[in-house]
Amino acid sequence: MIESALRFGHRLLPQLVALTIILLLIWLVFPGFFALEIQNGRLYGSVIDILNRGAPVALLAVGMTVVIATKGIDLSVGAVMAICGAVAAASSVRGDPLTVTLLLAIGTGLVCGVWNGFLVSVLNIQPIIATLVLMVAGRGIAQLVTEGAILTFNDPGLIFIGSGAFAGLPMPVVIWLVFGIAVTLLVRRTALGMLIEAVGINRRASTLSGIQTPLLLMAAYMLSGLCAAIAGLIVTADIKGADANNAGLWLELDAILAVVVGGTSLLGGRFSIIASLAGAMIIQAVNTGILLSGFPPEFNLIIKAAIIVIILVIQSPRVQAGVTFLSRKSVR
Amino acid sequence: MNQKYLPLIATIVIFIVSYAVCAAQYPNILSTRVVGNLLTDNAFLGIAAVGMTFVILSGGIDLSIGSVIAFTGIFLAVMLESTSIHPLAAFALVLVITTLFGAIMGAIIHYLEMPAFIVTLAGMFLARGMAFVLSIDSIPIKHPFYAAMKGFYYKLPGGGRITLIGGLMVLVFALGILLAQRTRFGTNVYALGGGAQTSALMGVPVGRTTILIYGLSGFLAGLSGIVYSLYTSAGYSLATVGVELDAIAAVVIGGTLLTGGAGFVGGTLVGVLIQGLIQTYITFDGSLSSWWTKILIGALLFAFILMQKAILLLSRQNKRYS
Repeated sequence: MIESALRFGHRLLPQLVALTIILLLIWLVFPGFFALEIQNGRLYGSVIDILNRGAPVALLAVGMTVVIATKGIDLSVGAVMAICGAVAAASSVRGDPLTVTLLLAIGTGLVCGVWNGFLVSVLNIQPIIATLVLMVAGRGIAQLVTEGAILTFNDPGLIFIGSGAFAGLPMPVVIWLVFGIAVTLLVRRTALGMLIEAVGINRRASTLSGIQTPLLLMAAYMLSGLCAAIAGLIVTADIKGADANNAGLWLELDAILAVVVGGTSLLGGRFSIIASLAGAMIIQAVNTGILLSGFPPEFNLIIKAAIIVIILVIQSPRVQAGVTFLSRKSVR
Repeated sequence: MNQKYLPLIATIVIFIVSYAVCAAQYPNILSTRVVGNLLTDNAFLGIAAVGMTFVILSGGIDLSIGSVIAFTGIFLAVMLESTSIHPLAAFALVLVITTLFGAIMGAIIHYLEMPAFIVTLAGMFLARGMAFVLSIDSIPIKHPFYAAMKGFYYKLPGGGRITLIGGLMVLVFALGILLAQRTRFGTNVYALGGGAQTSALMGVPVGRTTILIYGLSGFLAGLSGIVYSLYTSAGYSLATVGVELDAIAAVVIGGTLLTGGAGFVGGTLVGVLIQGLIQTYITFDGSLSSWWTKILIGALLFAFILMQKAILLLSRQNKRYS
């Protein structure tokens, strides 16, 4: 038990160290950073703000981790967010009860996942191309649903998802924490996680050894669609309206970045959802940190690019081979 | 008939048929004015798509081109506004920068053995960030040289104009076709797309070719940025977001296999023109909303991916029985 906990800590160490360093750096330039206060029965503070604003990327990162672990990628999540947000807003404007609105949005996300999963697992199309179709067409579909306008609604139940609070924490934070933990338990307390890794490492070999590969791939893309639907609901509820053009724009790239920062290889195989969530928080902490420290927000993208390059160098098979080579020499 | 021409022929047939359908409804679409505008309006996309075709033929992908175009535009605007440098010198300078930028991405992809997708994603962020740092405002370009360049066109019978940038796109496509079909570099690109390991064993200089491919893509993205700045007479760091997607779509609709190794630069021109035609049709119709463009392009993309899949399957079966 202790040993497995230690191994888990070892896996997460780089992400936690990076997150701590970033938070400390922000604290140095902005001393009030860790201050928390309770108003109207909910917590306020910069740290809570990071957790809250990072919610969409964190949710997307959960699905994206599983998809990437199967050696796939899902470029369509941003567009799916826009579609689901549009469906939810349209349903709310029509006056549907809250449960119908939520079910419609989540159902739409699952259908998008089935479409992607069908292309990848049944038609055997490369994931990056298969999901590109929905990425290109998705925003058009979302605009079709909203008829080109920004649909606003005022259903208090739906708005609660974006800006309400539960047990002192903002609702988006509660949602991604619960969802992340639930999916982690689902894949790690059953054999699912291992099967996903097997498919990612060698799809043919896993099919030959009896794994239901098509079903598993379909499930991975459906999970990604579900995550996108929930993220879309949160974004839509937060601004009390569906913006087909800008909801979830470029979030697919942030989600992929979160997974890569979390140390999951884009080449499939071993994955860690918790590390991806930490990755999502690192990205959000950098975003918030740049804003708080008074740097012009223009530098945000350059810093992101620098982070990717550093991680690329660390993850590169060639650099890793070199490091093992050097450390072996020093032991002798 | 050689099977490798099938996707290209399908694309050309689709283009001609859809042009005929549009012309049946709106005869004006056949006028040289519309044809000239089709070339001018899609010039920047076409030039960037040539670079993307080479990248995809080699089995890679370049997500950075939209940001590089925006960077080029804002760089030119800032340079021409704050210094007295001649536009041609600024063009040369920015082309050197974007070519080096692409070449460095190619070097990272080759030497660090990382997927092109994530390396060029970093490039996309970096180029967009540099554009933001230069200026976040839209800066107009009022240099007399720009006005002179704009007044330079070839008049077609019927009032249509082949503008400088439209002509430049056609020229880039012609050179691209030559480069792909008639040079050693082109052969190396196709070989690389067929399989990096195999081509390395055959003696293809994989590292040099990869760097050249992404350098070429960076150069053409820079050229496309110059064209875009001539087209709009302004530089704006938020411009051309998502152009990389349009370029990838044009390449795929043009019949190039996204896994690399098979396809034609000329097909990409038809792919660009099909996208332009959809937009022109929607403008002519007036009642259709602009979002149909995206949905139609997505549907076309899907149809072509399916067709390529089917052709691959058929050719494999033929091999088995022969």
